[in-house]
Amino acid sequence: MTRFLAITRTEMLILRRNRWLLVATLIMVLFALALTFAGSAPTGTLGVDMLTVSVASMTTLSVYLAPLLALMIAFDAIAGDVDRGSLSLLLSYPAGRGEILLGKFTAHLAALAFAMFIGFGAAGAVAAWFGGAGPESLMALVRLILTSILLGAVFLALGYLLSALAKGATAAAGLSAGLWLVFVVLYDLGLLGAVVMDEGGTFTQSVFPWVMVANPADAFRLWNIAATEGVAMASGMTGAAQALPVWAAPTSLLIWPVIGFALARFAFRRVEP
Amino acid sequence: MTDKALSIDQVFKDRGKTRVLDDITLSLAPGQRVALLGHNGAGKSTLIKSILGLTPIHGGAIRIGDATPGSAQARRETAYLPEAVSFHPALTGREQLTLFAKLSGEKADVPALLDRVGLSDALDRRIGTYSKGMRQRLGLAQVLLGKPKVALLDEPTSGLDPISRQDLYAIIDELAAHGTAVLIASHALTEVEARTDRIAIMRKGRMVADDTLSNLSALAGLPIRLQVRASTNPDALAAELGGKRINGVSVELLCSPDDKMEALRRIAGMGDAVADVEMTPPKLEDLYRHYAQEEMQ
Repeated sequence: MTRFLAITRTEMLILRRNRWLLVATLIMVLFALALTFAGSAPTGTLGVDMLTVSVASMTTLSVYLAPLLALMIAFDAIAGDVDRGSLSLLLSYPAGRGEILLGKFTAHLAALAFAMFIGFGAAGAVAAWFGGAGPESLMALVRLILTSILLGAVFLALGYLLSALAKGATAAAGLSAGLWLVFVVLYDLGLLGAVVMDEGGTFTQSVFPWVMVANPADAFRLWNIAATEGVAMASGMTGAAQALPVWAAPTSLLIWPVIGFALARFAFRRVEP
Repeated sequence: MTDKALSIDQVFKDRGKTRVLDDITLSLAPGQRVALLGHNGAGKSTLIKSILGLTPIHGGAIRIGDATPGSAQARRETAYLPEAVSFHPALTGREQLTLFAKLSGEKADVPALLDRVGLSDALDRRIGTYSKGMRQRLGLAQVLLGKPKVALLDEPTSGLDPISRQDLYAIIDELAAHGTAVLIASHALTEVEARTDRIAIMRKGRMVADDTLSNLSALAGLPIRLQVRASTNPDALAAELGGKRINGVSVELLCSPDDKMEALRRIAGMGDAVADVEMTPPKLEDLYRHYAQEEMQ
């Protein structure tokens, strides 16, 4: 039972040793701080505190950054071991494939959580110090951190899936870049195009919000926006959020890591090292 | 119950339309050292991966003791050294071996194991800085974890210098002395010759030989090679002995083990015409060529 923890411990060691943890945390801190200062202008006009505006900006940031950081660790998880020839050795030990995957997932998620917590936490603290914060905006910050970790978990699992399907780590890296582009950029562009073509018809009214919330990146955005009125105002994205029941976005974001992990586990079973 | 450490019984495996393992039968008793020889692509690594349960077989049966390949019990009882093994470059030798010890559930003295394979100086250095031979030694150290019933070594001598090879075979002998059955897939024919109890040869997915070295020699009936150096006239010597000229001064003669003494008597009877005689019994290499290429000619 404790075998996956041995894998976790080793993976943590690797993330610390190859500076991934340091670099990821630095990226998070720098981007979050930059957005907080750059986005502090509309505070007065909207009548909300600075932390609220900061959370709204950081939500947009996290949509791009959380999947990217997650995929950056995940793509190598299986394909890298296959390339090095160490996977066959690892699999000759009593640890099962599920345990190996779970061990890696635990370590990678912990590292992501650390980077998110420090990055958003630091920016949040700065915003609160300079521009004030209330219970509601603090809740929004906590929600942002937790949902970012969930979004990271989705893309870790999808990264493992690609790592198991790809022939080699280089191919896995390419596939991961493609996956990121599709989920984070192209999906929304496609939807936007469809809405424009539809000109406010039934698609826009009833289908569009559901298609949107099916994408974990959009579910993440909707969850954060719908939950706080101030954040919704600051980001100017209320329409789609209001068209859906409250449970839609959280359900999507909570189900995706489970589906992703199950798919990755299934694909990993078929890997012959 | 079975008294075999490893038994492979009429195993078949297809990859696409090619039959990569064709009716393979092989068994190892505890403490036995068996060399598995064959060309690249003969199916050695595939057979080892089938024993580990890493790749499915399509017929026959494999048992490690009483366990099926890939079962938890089988994985506890087998040790494996992959061909040209590599580890994560960011970890140290100690960390990597500690992970393997935890995975195997053994309480292991990691520094002592690394000392056993001559890596005590590199204990806390990153594997990224190791040479190929050092990585191979680290791989060997994890084979020694626990008391495996079966050890499968895929090309264990690749990348090792001659002295390390001596160490390697000392470690293999030690494993065997503790009752571990050792299967060594190798190209290093001459070393395997002296160091194993039995030799199995694979060709194109089939097992073409499986016996002791002396039995295989007798079975193959390979000729003994006699090189006779003439003191003055090699042509005359060749005509007299019925051999063929191989360089300026020598004649080569092939004879079966039974005719050896007769040939030597004839050569001795020729007096001053012969300057020197050299006799070479068939080597493993000849034997290997005989079995591995039999049907190709």
